[in-house]
Amino acid sequence: MSGPSSMRTPLERVRGLGSAHTGTSDFWRQRLTAVAMTLLIVPVIVVVIMLIGRNHAGAAQILGSIPIAIILLLFIVASTWHMKIGMQVVIEDYIHNEKLKIASVMANNFFCVAVALASIYAILKLSSGV
Amino acid sequence: MALSIVHRATGLALYFGTLLLAWWLIAAATGPTAYANVQAFTGSAIGKLIVFGYTWALMHHLCSGIRHFVWDLGYGFKANEREALTWGALVAGIALTVLVWIIAYAVGGGR
Repeated sequence: MSGPSSMRTPLERVRGLGSAHTGTSDFWRQRLTAVAMTLLIVPVIVVVIMLIGRNHAGAAQILGSIPIAIILLLFIVASTWHMKIGMQVVIEDYIHNEKLKIASVMANNFFCVAVALASIYAILKLSSGV
Repeated sequence: MALSIVHRATGLALYFGTLLLAWWLIAAATGPTAYANVQAFTGSAIGKLIVFGYTWALMHHLCSGIRHFVWDLGYGFKANEREALTWGALVAGIALTVLVWIIAYAVGGGR
C-alpha cells in the first residue's frame, strides 16, 4: 500500500497519524484500559481486602483460585499497559532532548513489561500450586 | 481549579507504586518468609502511610479519570460543570479512600 510504487502521496500516507506516526491507537488504548480498570476496580479491592491479615498459606490459596487469578491477570494487563502509555505522554511532554527522550521511552517500556511479566508469572505460579 | 496536574501526579505515583503490588505478588509466589517481609513492611508506620497514599492516588486517579470519560463523551464543558466535576472527583476520591480503609479494617482488622 505505502511502498515506493504506491499512488498515495507522502502527505496522504501520514495524514491523521500525527507526530507519533501511530495515529490515535495510544489514545484509544489509554481509554480502553481505563474503562477495563474502572470495571475491575471493585473486584480487585475485594480481593486485596480478603487478603489483609492472612498468613502466607491463606494468601497463596486465595491468590491461586481461578476467578481471583483471572481478575488479577486482567487488572495487571490493563494497568501496566495504561501505565506505559501514560508515562510515555509525560516523557514526550517534558523531555525535549531527543536521545534522552528515546532512552526514557525505552526504559518506560522495559519497566512496564518487567512489572507485568513478574506479576503474571507470580500469579501463574500460585495458580499451578508449585 | 487546575486538577489536571494532580491527575498526572497521582498517575506517576501509581506507576512506581505498582512495584509494591508486584513485590507483594512475587513474595506470595516465593514463600512464607518473603511474604512475611512484605507484611512487616505494609504493617509498619511508613508502610501503612505508603499504602494509604497509594489508595488515595488510585481512588483520585479513578474519579478524575471518570471525569475525563465525561469530557470524552462531549459533556460537562460549561464553566460551572467543569468546576462541579473537578470538585466532585476530589471529594469522591477522598471519600472512597476513607471508605475502603474503613471496610478493610472492619473485615481484616480482626485477623
